[in-house]
Order: sequence, then structure tokens, then C-alpha cells
Amino acid sequence: MPPPPPYWLLAELTYRCPLHCAFCYNPLQYDAVRQELTTAEWIDVLRQARALGAVQLGFSGGEPLMRDDLEDLVAEARRLGFYSNLITSGVGLTETRIAALKQAGLDHIQLSFQDSTRELNDFLSSTKTFDLKLKVARLIKQYDYPMVMNCVLHRYNLPHVGKIIEMALELGAEYLELANTQYYGWAMKNRDQLMPTLAQVREAERVVAHWRERIGERCKLLFVVPDYFEDRPKACMNGWGQVFLGVAPDGLALPCHNARDLPGLDLPNVREQPLSVIWRDSRAFNAYRGDDWMQEPCRSCPEKARDLGGCRCQAFMLAGDAAATDPVCAKSPRRQEVDRVIAFAGSAGRSEQPILFRTAANSRSLIPKTVD
Amino acid sequence: MTTPAIPATPAINRVFRLQWEPVQDSHVLLYPEGMVKLNASAGEILACCDGVRSIDDIVQSLQAKFQNDGLRGDIEDFLAYASAQRWIV
Repeated sequence: MPPPPPYWLLAELTYRCPLHCAFCYNPLQYDAVRQELTTAEWIDVLRQARALGAVQLGFSGGEPLMRDDLEDLVAEARRLGFYSNLITSGVGLTETRIAALKQAGLDHIQLSFQDSTRELNDFLSSTKTFDLKLKVARLIKQYDYPMVMNCVLHRYNLPHVGKIIEMALELGAEYLELANTQYYGWAMKNRDQLMPTLAQVREAERVVAHWRERIGERCKLLFVVPDYFEDRPKACMNGWGQVFLGVAPDGLALPCHNARDLPGLDLPNVREQPLSVIWRDSRAFNAYRGDDWMQEPCRSCPEKARDLGGCRCQAFMLAGDAAATDPVCAKSPRRQEVDRVIAFAGSAGRSEQPILFRTAANSRSLIPKTVD
Repeated sequence: MTTPAIPATPAINRVFRLQWEPVQDSHVLLYPEGMVKLNASAGEILACCDGVRSIDDIVQSLQAKFQNDGLRGDIEDFLAYASAQRWIV
């Protein structure tokens, strides 16, 4: 059976970013990715993806505003009938650009904050950006875009979740994504520092439920309990090669955001193959389609259609095998690894290792030099 | 929660975009990072919600289009639902 059309195209225009967030999911070796797709190459990707049936388009990165052709790409996306989402830190979103993007047909802006306080926002992103973000939020409303506010949560800001909700309401956000940190890339590197305690997670859940009751439909609060604290894994990408098609700055086609870090996928590049072939026929996009690849305990599990064995990247990072059961699952023989991490987060003698910020210098120092 | 009244001249809420998707063979409502796939009648009704036409106008035009005099109840039920979902304002 041929796969369904991709629904969501994530265009990671660049890994360049003025922020240095400690929880970024971008690959550690991002600084080595230099040969960004050109405007013409991106336009070709957009056309091919739309022909395959993709509807939702995310412009992301890195910071997509680092590309000065963003307005051209948005205009093409609109001509093609995409619903386009700009996923931004707000840095570089001047009034001139926000007006030009509106003119080009941008549908929505997702603005990230790191916290409700200037101090923590600026510490976690290792920049002075809090006041600028507030200004950008007001511009987004002034230009009548629907606004999703996004705040990545972890042990430092989970206690502020009520304040973060108040800030979103004050700024007029239609949606607030309270995105618990997912431990990939830089976030995985900083996992011991970022992992909340169980008590923090439960308290945040209670606060969110309370606010949901109070505000009804005025602002939709999206809060998903981090999977480490659940006993079943999340359904990876809503099905590998079913919904999501990512294209990295260098043209690598990604079945999930972090597929670059999975072994043996032989990721295809949009510079070398048509997107239709990549989506339907490539080894990477077929590697975990369906359930033939599953091992026990997933293979015979009655719940396998619901969570699809969980996250392949987490299986690889925590169990050393991308086809293993996601160790978050209580049925996984590796679950103790997850419990150990949670217990460590709640213990007094936490790691003394400092937070490692996402910077080009840190990226270079983490990766052994390779010769092309 | 009370069911909101149907607006007099319903329009698609600006948070949503209604469009025809050939690959889905249906109308869809697009919103930030999401999509509602509409069945044929829902698509027909929402396509009439231009902020100008009244409920009576919409009923008349759809009854004429489908040559069926008994659509008012279904159309009003759907518009009430769409209003509760904030698809129309």
C-alpha cells in the first residue's frame, strides 16, 4: 500500500540562530552544516511537497529570519496553497519584515519565550531578548496574525507555569504551547540539569487544569506531560513516514526532527532525488513504517497500534537500538534507565556540571573533526 | 458551557482558513499547525459563510443548489456547532 501524503512539511531554513538555548533539539554538530539550500532549491522543495499533498508548512531552524529570502518563500508558499507557520524567537522580526510577511501571505506566527521573567528568559537563551520578545508579541497582534506562544518547560521554569499563562493571556495569544523539554540534541546533553522532579510536573499539571477551567476557549493551553513521567511512550511522529516530512538546511530529508542522529538510515537529500521518491521509496522513510520492524515486547503488544513502539530516537539513545521498545514504556526491559534519571532529578546531590549552551564554539568542540 | 448563538451573517473566524484540497478531495479548515477535514455538506455550508449572507440567504442558496426544501434544520444545527467550535464568528 502506498503511504499517505505527507501532511506537514517542516522547512528548517538554517541552523544559524542568535539564541543559544540549552534545551534546543537541533543536532550538536549543527555548526558543521554549512551548505544551505538556495532560494530556488527551497522553492522547488515547496512545489514538490505541495504536489505530494502537504498542507501545513513550518518555517523553522535555527532562526528562519536569518534568511533574507523568507518573504519570497512565504509568497511562493501562499501561491501554492500552503498554510504557513513561522516558528521564531522573534529576533529579527522588525515592523518592516512583519508587514512584508503579511503582504506575502504568512498565516501564523509562533513566538518562543523561555520564561515569564526577564532574568530566566535571558539566562536560558544566553541573550538579552526578553524585552524584544514582548515588543514582537505586540507587533504580531498589531498586524492581526493568530499568535501561538511557545515556552519550553523544564525544572527551572515549571514553577512559573501560572505566570507564563498569565503572560500569554496579557499578550493576547490564541494558543499557548507549554512544551515540556524533549531530550534530544542539546537538551539531551543538558538532561540532568533540565529534568524536572515528579512533584514539579504534577503541580504544573494542576495549575494548567485550573487555568483551563477559568479561561475556556479564550486561549488554548497545550500541555503534554513529559513522556519520562508516563508509563507509555508517545506515538513517534504519529507514525514514521505517515505525516511528517522535514527538510534540513543542507537538504537532508528527515522522517523525524532528529533522524540525523539515528544510525543506518542513509538519509536522502532533496538535491539528489525527487521528493516523491524520497517520501515513497527511500530506505530512511520506510525504515519504521508500519510494524514489521518491531521487536518484543512491542511486536506482540495489544497497544502497538496506539503508540507505535514510541520514539525511535529515544530507543536509540537510551537502549542503544533504534528498533527497540522506547524505554519510557513500563513494558520495556530498559525502563530502569528512565527511572534512574527521574530519581536523580529529585535527589539532593544533582550534577555539578554546568549547562552547555548551544553555541557555534560548543558545537565545534563537541564534534571530532572529519575530513570530507 | 452555553451554546453560542449563530452569528447573523457568519464569517470564517480569521484564525482559520477554509480551502479546497484536491489531494484530500474535500474542504479543509486550516489553523496554526492543524487542519480539520470537512465532510461534503460541512464544506458547502462553510463556503457560504462570507460575513455578508444571512442564515436565510445561506439556506435559500443551498436549497436551490441541491434542489431540496428541507435543509434548514441541518444547516442551522451545523452552524451552531461551527459557532461553538469558533470556526465562524
